[in-house]
Amino acid sequence: MGTIRNLYQKYLQRKKSKDYTPFVKKSQRSFWGNVILGLFLLFMAVVFFFPVIYMISNSLKPMNEMFIFPPRILVSNPTMDNYRDFVNVLANTVVPVTRSLFNSAFVVIIGSIGHIVIASLCAYPLAKYRFPGSNFFNQLIVYSLMFNGTVTMIPNFLTIAGLGMLDTQWAIIIPGFASTLGLYLMKNFMEQIPDSLMEAAQIDGAGYVRIHFTIVMPVVKPALVTAFILVFQSFWTNTGDRFIYTEANKGFAYVVQQLASGRISGVGTSYAGISSASAVIMFAVPLIVFLIMQNNVVSTMATSGMKE
Amino acid sequence: MAKTKYQISFKRRVQLTLRDMKRSIPLYIMIAPFMILFAVFVVYPVLKAMWYSFTDYNVLEAANFIALENYRKLFLDDSIFITAIKNTFIIAVLVGPGGYILSYLLAWMINELPHTIGSVLTVIFYAPSMAGSAVIAVFTLIFSNDSNGYLNAALRNLGITQDAILWLSDEKYVIVVVILASLWMSMGVGFLSFVAGIKGVDEAQYEAGSIDGIRNRWQELWYITLPNMKPQLMFGAVMTITSSLSVGDVGNSLIGFPSPNYASHTIVNHLNDYGSIRMEMGYASAIAVVLFFLMIFANMIIQKLLRKVGT
Repeated sequence: MGTIRNLYQKYLQRKKSKDYTPFVKKSQRSFWGNVILGLFLLFMAVVFFFPVIYMISNSLKPMNEMFIFPPRILVSNPTMDNYRDFVNVLANTVVPVTRSLFNSAFVVIIGSIGHIVIASLCAYPLAKYRFPGSNFFNQLIVYSLMFNGTVTMIPNFLTIAGLGMLDTQWAIIIPGFASTLGLYLMKNFMEQIPDSLMEAAQIDGAGYVRIHFTIVMPVVKPALVTAFILVFQSFWTNTGDRFIYTEANKGFAYVVQQLASGRISGVGTSYAGISSASAVIMFAVPLIVFLIMQNNVVSTMATSGMKE
Repeated sequence: MAKTKYQISFKRRVQLTLRDMKRSIPLYIMIAPFMILFAVFVVYPVLKAMWYSFTDYNVLEAANFIALENYRKLFLDDSIFITAIKNTFIIAVLVGPGGYILSYLLAWMINELPHTIGSVLTVIFYAPSMAGSAVIAVFTLIFSNDSNGYLNAALRNLGITQDAILWLSDEKYVIVVVILASLWMSMGVGFLSFVAGIKGVDEAQYEAGSIDGIRNRWQELWYITLPNMKPQLMFGAVMTITSSLSVGDVGNSLIGFPSPNYASHTIVNHLNDYGSIRMEMGYASAIAVVLFFLMIFANMIIQKLLRKVGT
């Protein structure tokens, strides 16, 4: 018994000293545990990535390989023809593709950043303070995630028409701000921030908004990144065809959707190649954003030393 | 509300609430921008749809109030809806917990790996959700009805079957295909929040746990990691409930609509049938309301279960 107490004393001393590094990082890991874990992850990775690999290799197939049955997973004579065709068709659309790309960029940038700012500002009070109505708002947000979108479409359309936003990008952006998914995600992460952190800042005289931007936002960076990826993806793939009618106001996702279904490039098998290339391109953009964002999350709650 | 020792008069209670509200004015200002948009674009449409569920609204004509007629028809006259409920339950019971546990386990395992490999794997697992319907096509290849489709050819070569199985058309198998495809798409937002949440667990706690006598990673998972991640577990649960009870599009793109003898017909399929094809918006709204209460009910059960974590 004495030895354990000695060890504990030693541990406390070490923890107090400045150049402290944890000496028992985690409980024991067995070698075979690691091997099984690795193999299982590898297997699951193959299962989950298989369709994506198929999608990419499909886009590199020349026309004669694309229609072989049974289909081959990997391409034998890779070619960039499909991508070339895709770019060629895009270059010759009635509305210049730069225009639709600009529309998409406008929606995605304003929408994503605006959503993160507005929703996180709302998430912080709901997560950390109790005030008259806070409980009601919290419940409302959870329940709103559970109502099917098909039947709310028409009331929403009428509201947007009433606000005069039809046929403008705002018809996609403004309702996108009100997406509860990102808010709920951020709120759940903010609940973990220790109260003492904010009390300390309050004693220093910082207001709620100041605390939000200087303390809360940096601490919940992983949640912000996740919410950003989500909202980015939803804006990027939003074709907005319900609200936007003028060709020049349409976004890139809409143009690509029409291309892939052969409505611009003509009907028949000729669009199959373009379609497979467009699928990869639509997928690649959020993927790149995801990778960049993922890499930037270095400091988490634990490593930034803000956790109790 | 906690029971108070002495009775507070109604007037006093109003005074106290008003005082609290006055103090919280900065907080109300902070939540106002979102809450206003939320009220206009989410709450109002939902309330409106709930109202439609008591009417015969068909988008073209003005709505007439018909009280509970839609609900009566739904439960007493619509045998397809009963099939849809049954199928939705089967799918949700398998895909929900299956996807939830799988995504948690994968997130936990990823955390054991070095940072870079972990990030790459996170992207790989999340990729299907990002690619969405574009890659669902691969399932039509694997489960092809053709005798030379991947699965059929494999089963024949192994000597298990003689004839091709009509995976995408046979009443007996379509629901299996939908379940597998949904499971494969289930590494979504919940998974991402798990990955981020596990990273946020304080390292010092593992250390302390190891001193307190935690022997292996299973104990570590149950006593330290899980209890530290309750908010993320809650979030993941809500995501799982909403997605597993509203499976429908996967079936549409794999099996087609309607599925053979409604064998993989779900509540959401039924809703879309009435809402976007037949334009019987009142009836579709009634289906949405039923689905809404099913989700709330599922949520209540899951919240109860989650409270037991780590005890």
